[in-house]
Amino acid sequence: MKDLNLTFNLNGREVSKKISPNLLLVDLLRDVLNLKGTKVGCREGECGACTVLVNGEPVNSCILPAMKVAGQSVITIEGLSKEDELDPIQQAFIEEGAVQCGFCTPAMVLTAKALLGKNPHPDESQIRQSLSGVLCRCTGYRKIIKAVQKASLDK
Amino acid sequence: MEGIFRDLHWGKGISIQQYLQPLTLPEALEMLAEYHGEALIIAGGTDVIPLLRRGDLRVEALIDITRLPHMNYIEADGESVCLGGLVTHAQVCSSALIQERAGILAEAAGVLGSPQIRNVATVAGNLISGQPAADTSIPLLALNAKVKILSPAGEREMPLTQFFLDQGRTALDCSREILTQIRFPALQKNQGGSFLRLSMRKALALPILVSATVVTIDPEKKTIKEAAIALGPVAPTPFRVLKTEARLRNSPISKGSLEMAAESAFAESNPRSSLLRGSMEYRKAMVKVFIRRGLSRALANAGGAVTEEV
Repeated sequence: MKDLNLTFNLNGREVSKKISPNLLLVDLLRDVLNLKGTKVGCREGECGACTVLVNGEPVNSCILPAMKVAGQSVITIEGLSKEDELDPIQQAFIEEGAVQCGFCTPAMVLTAKALLGKNPHPDESQIRQSLSGVLCRCTGYRKIIKAVQKASLDK
Repeated sequence: MEGIFRDLHWGKGISIQQYLQPLTLPEALEMLAEYHGEALIIAGGTDVIPLLRRGDLRVEALIDITRLPHMNYIEADGESVCLGGLVTHAQVCSSALIQERAGILAEAAGVLGSPQIRNVATVAGNLISGQPAADTSIPLLALNAKVKILSPAGEREMPLTQFFLDQGRTALDCSREILTQIRFPALQKNQGGSFLRLSMRKALALPILVSATVVTIDPEKKTIKEAAIALGPVAPTPFRVLKTEARLRNSPISKGSLEMAAESAFAESNPRSSLLRGSMEYRKAMVKVFIRRGLSRALANAGGAVTEEV
């Protein structure tokens, strides 16, 4: 098995690595690049905890071969805040108490980021629809939806 | 920690020798040929990667075709609609052309998996996986879709009705062929469609029953000229209830025709009991409901609503 050269844009910076063809994107992020904000839940593409943005669209990084992002742009939860300033969506999650155990939070925030990028003022059903690929077992979703609504009103 | 992972999650990564990303179709076919069946084409990979991780599938190499140019188009060609082999579910459900000319396909593409899955999973891949519950296969069957298949020997086109052979098995030879295009006639003025899906939840749920119905009506005579009804997963493959369709041909637009079709499709479907999808008895009973409801909605969309109470 030959290692492959992978170059891609991660949170605004170019990254080059020699990687195994067996590596999945979530393991590249967590184990090789040490970015633990992206979570591993089911490893099956069901729970959405591993969601990252590839070219602005949410995808499950646990079932995505890392080589697929060659030449693409990837945003993880670590890429949202600027310096010490949180992204307005992160701020809204704190203010609305939308975080309990926190395991789904990075994925929720990133999918909300993708939604608000395309549609700055979504209605509740559009919010529910776009968050439907991330499972939360604590909150019952209510406060998460409220947080996204808050972030969209502040826009 | 690694040990726990192995027990709980089968294995962390996949185990292949090579990951290839061809830039042209001939190059992709050549790579496939080189591996003599030991390589597999992937696009989104959302079905294949979990299979590889569980060890339910073993291959030497993956050939990722998402870099091939001119494969992710959705376009009208005369009265046909054509989808390139790399078109994703997200593209289909947001396409104005599909929403207008084949709304049932847009609906089906919009409920498969999750937004994350729909962003990468392709419609062609959904067909090739050959699962009896494949969401887009049901409306595509009802729309009389055809698929174009490319091999080193040339290109062939076949009706989707001949494509599904058994659970997980299709007419596509994965060791040397690539599905390049899906094509179907756009719905006409006197046609209407409906898509119905029964599942445990509204999102991220496998379907218990899916039906797609396309009717062609004769508005003068108030008859059903033609009906195409596809069902899944109530048999090893997604399928058309051909006997029921034959009985519906030239029948009046009436409650009686719907009842007759429901009984006929009930007899034609053969679901298994499943922990995930419910008992055989329940699913067969739901076939009747879906046939009646699907026909009634499709007829209304064609401008021939059944006026009696259904």
